[in-house]
Amino acid sequence: MKFGVITFPGSNCDHDALWAASHVGTSQTLWHKDEAIPSDVECVIIPGGFSYGDYLRCGAVARFSPIMKDVFRFAERGGTIIGICNGFQILTEAGLLPGVLLRNDTMSFVCKDVYLKTENCNTTFTNSIKPDSVLRVPIAHGEGNYYAEAETIARLEAENRIIFRYAAPDGIVSRRANPNGSINNIAGIINERGNILGMMPHPERYSDARLGCDDGLSVFASIARALQQAVFR
Amino acid sequence: MNSTGDSTTDTSLPARLYSEIDVTTETAAELGLTATEYREILTILGRKPTYTELGIYSVMWSEHCSYKNSILQLKTLPRSGGRLLVEAGEENAGLVDIGGGYAICFKIESHNHPSAVEPFEGAATGVGGILRDIFTMGARPIAALNSLRFGELTTQRAKYLLKGVVSGIGHYGNCFGVPTVGGEIYFDDCYTDNPLVNAMAVGIVKTDATASATAKGAGNPVMILGSSTGRDGIHGASLLASREFDEKTADMRPTVQVGDPFSEKLLLEATLELIASGCIVGMQDMGAAGICCSTSEMSAKGGAGMFIELDLVPLREQGMSAYEIMLSESQERMLAVVEKGKEHIAQAICNKWDVPITQIGRVTDDGMIQIHYQGRQVVELPAETLVLGGGAPVYERESTEPGYFADVRRTDLSEWNLQGEENEQWFWRLLTSPTIASKRWAFEQYDSQVRTNTVSISGDAAVMRIKELPGKGLAVTTDCNSRYAYLDPYRGGMMAVAEAARNVVCVGAEPVAITNCLNFGNPYDPEVYFQFKEAIRGMGDMCRALNTPVTGGNVSFHNESQRHAIFPTPTIGMLGLIDDLDRVCGCGFRNEGDVILMLGVQRNDIGGSEFVKLVSGKITGDAPVFDINQEVRLQKATLHGIRNGLIHSAHDCSEGGLAICLAEKAITSPYSLGADIDFPFSLDSANLFGETQSRIVVTVAPEAAELLYSVCAASDVACVEIGTVCTDTFTVGGLLSTSVEELKSMYFGALEQRLAQI
Repeated sequence: MKFGVITFPGSNCDHDALWAASHVGTSQTLWHKDEAIPSDVECVIIPGGFSYGDYLRCGAVARFSPIMKDVFRFAERGGTIIGICNGFQILTEAGLLPGVLLRNDTMSFVCKDVYLKTENCNTTFTNSIKPDSVLRVPIAHGEGNYYAEAETIARLEAENRIIFRYAAPDGIVSRRANPNGSINNIAGIINERGNILGMMPHPERYSDARLGCDDGLSVFASIARALQQAVFR
Repeated sequence: MNSTGDSTTDTSLPARLYSEIDVTTETAAELGLTATEYREILTILGRKPTYTELGIYSVMWSEHCSYKNSILQLKTLPRSGGRLLVEAGEENAGLVDIGGGYAICFKIESHNHPSAVEPFEGAATGVGGILRDIFTMGARPIAALNSLRFGELTTQRAKYLLKGVVSGIGHYGNCFGVPTVGGEIYFDDCYTDNPLVNAMAVGIVKTDATASATAKGAGNPVMILGSSTGRDGIHGASLLASREFDEKTADMRPTVQVGDPFSEKLLLEATLELIASGCIVGMQDMGAAGICCSTSEMSAKGGAGMFIELDLVPLREQGMSAYEIMLSESQERMLAVVEKGKEHIAQAICNKWDVPITQIGRVTDDGMIQIHYQGRQVVELPAETLVLGGGAPVYERESTEPGYFADVRRTDLSEWNLQGEENEQWFWRLLTSPTIASKRWAFEQYDSQVRTNTVSISGDAAVMRIKELPGKGLAVTTDCNSRYAYLDPYRGGMMAVAEAARNVVCVGAEPVAITNCLNFGNPYDPEVYFQFKEAIRGMGDMCRALNTPVTGGNVSFHNESQRHAIFPTPTIGMLGLIDDLDRVCGCGFRNEGDVILMLGVQRNDIGGSEFVKLVSGKITGDAPVFDINQEVRLQKATLHGIRNGLIHSAHDCSEGGLAICLAEKAITSPYSLGADIDFPFSLDSANLFGETQSRIVVTVAPEAAELLYSVCAASDVACVEIGTVCTDTFTVGGLLSTSVEELKSMYFGALEQRLAQI
């Protein structure tokens, strides 16, 4: 299966996403000025970075790029989309996921390993993750503090759409394990239909045992597995 | 011309040249040129310079661009050989062959003065400038490091500078997309007014795809790409960087540039594509001294000239004079000479990345820099006369042994050599002193992993894998203990290089080359110049012994305030190569039951130590004893032990001595392992906290200890057992017993606590 990774001006985790995706499938760059996603691309990755410098709100400009028109159509058709870090911010700006990412409550950029509890292993993005296992994945952001209105949070909780929560290494979700002030320790959510995931941690950075950890690879492996099964069905 | 008998009559300006202000000796002095230098300019030109020409000489002949007070000393360093592809000073940065058709391009540079005036932008543009030096040669930046010095954290100024600098470094590197993987931060009173911000960048390039900073081929278009030009940073190099700090310094804030990492990211991608496309003849980034530096250096290197029309330069402000356009240090700009007929290729690549590109002139073959603006010629200068190795002045300054040497060396340190239990409180004081305690507060603000090459940042040097050469890696570090250099500049220079190499060895890499950033006071002060010469002599000797040539770097003089000069600080950036990434080594304890061995000789050396600073409030005594051959043997034996899989962990003994070294091995243990230490020597401060050089603490499996002893014996390296790795607790027999958790909490919490105190 083929992943397409969008490069916006200022994207800087695009190479990393291409590299990680190539471990479970093939991958190619999607240029922000292009107006169409090639028909053989089955999963679109919106990578991390500082699209357009993020001088306005993070992701606020990227959402108007030419390629995004086709991303909306791709989403509408049920295409699989994963937004990582800046990609998550872009997806919320685009209205494809609810809520916003505010400035970290620490008021500074933070790059470190966090532990993720997977709350729902029954999705396109998590089907290869063992229930109750804890993933070690790094974060690197200044604006990762997930916020949404109380009703939205309640719906996300009720519909089991909070996929990843910041936890301690033993999987206990605690205030201390929350690195940025996100409501309910939210690290990643999916849309109602289940075809779009946004997450602040970087699974692509820990997709290679050479770097000491490949827990993140399970996200890409899950996507590949889900889409391959879909083809056979 | 109206005055009679005026000596300026025969040097008057020809009618074809326009000067916005009439130039005199006084004008020259205002721009930082001496009377002798001004007379030299008159002799070279056979006439008065225009105001713009004078401005160009003032920046090109500033220490920052010409190295006029340092080049004679720099030439004594080993600058070729080994794996070097380009001799130091030949290009924007050094190039080291790593095999497989690839080279590593790396360099360190200071941005001290701008950071003292405006810490956030000063540090950010320091990072931006060094990254451009790397990618202008065609290399993709893969790692950034830094070396920082501040005053004691008891002052608000030091906290303000630290917070601003760290956030500026993070802002630029994070947005640009280069992992910041290493660095060091020291705190000493002498840096209160004048902090040091040294930024290093490392890039990778195919050896046959590098670009050179040269202008060739008459008629080839000269193009400017990147940001537009504004009034920021005018005279950053010649005035701000070339004077000491006083009450007027704050007024110089407008000479600090403002950085835009997003523009730089686009400039990076466009530049690499331009170089790969084959349309580029030569390219140089514009940092210090802007258009005048890039036009003159590229022309001089290619033996060519340039005809430039400043009206074509995209400006971000109205009403700029020729002088201002030439001297502007606006960031994120490049000057490129494009092969005639291939302009459309360059244009298309820049359009793709939304990077503005404009032709502003052409290469000529007469060796002259000719600048026109608003219908008038404002510059007509031989390029060669402007640059280092050409007409730029070269000085051997006077040097005298500093008077303070006698005082510090006379200090009787024996009263501070405390015995036994008294040392326990000093252990905790050392572990939590800002210079030793964890800098996690800072490095967590840096993205250390983007580009997915970072294997480890927790050891003595950062370990990066090279995707292009599977299985191979790099180790990089920055190091300098300036206290030793203050007490003895010669040994201090040697020890800075030695420690950097030792750190690289401790992760399992072979040291191959260095870049240096030489931070000193006013070179016109003979005592400062003595420090400078001696430190370089020491670096040179160590580099020759290790076969790690100098690939280039930067000199920063005038680091002083009205109170005093900084400690001489020759910061070393070291590159090491790893043949087999499966045989790298960490710092922390790895296996319970492993034997802890100290390689090297134990001496009674507490001069210049962090311990003496804490206990006496002074940096005093003599610098540690240092033996070059012993150091080389130690490094060879350690590297051998790591590469053969004998050694499970290695950490060099530095600030805080053996006791702190061991505590750090427990703190960085991936499994929270502690140790049971039993020293075969007395528990006095010198043994515990003395900073005796050339020591590495390693751990090995009990059954492998004999083998390591024989490796050491064969290499004539002392080796002594000092304890065993155990779980959870850290005990030094007769001194202290604590838990690894407690060590961690003290070590990681100390800096944040200091910063929170008002």
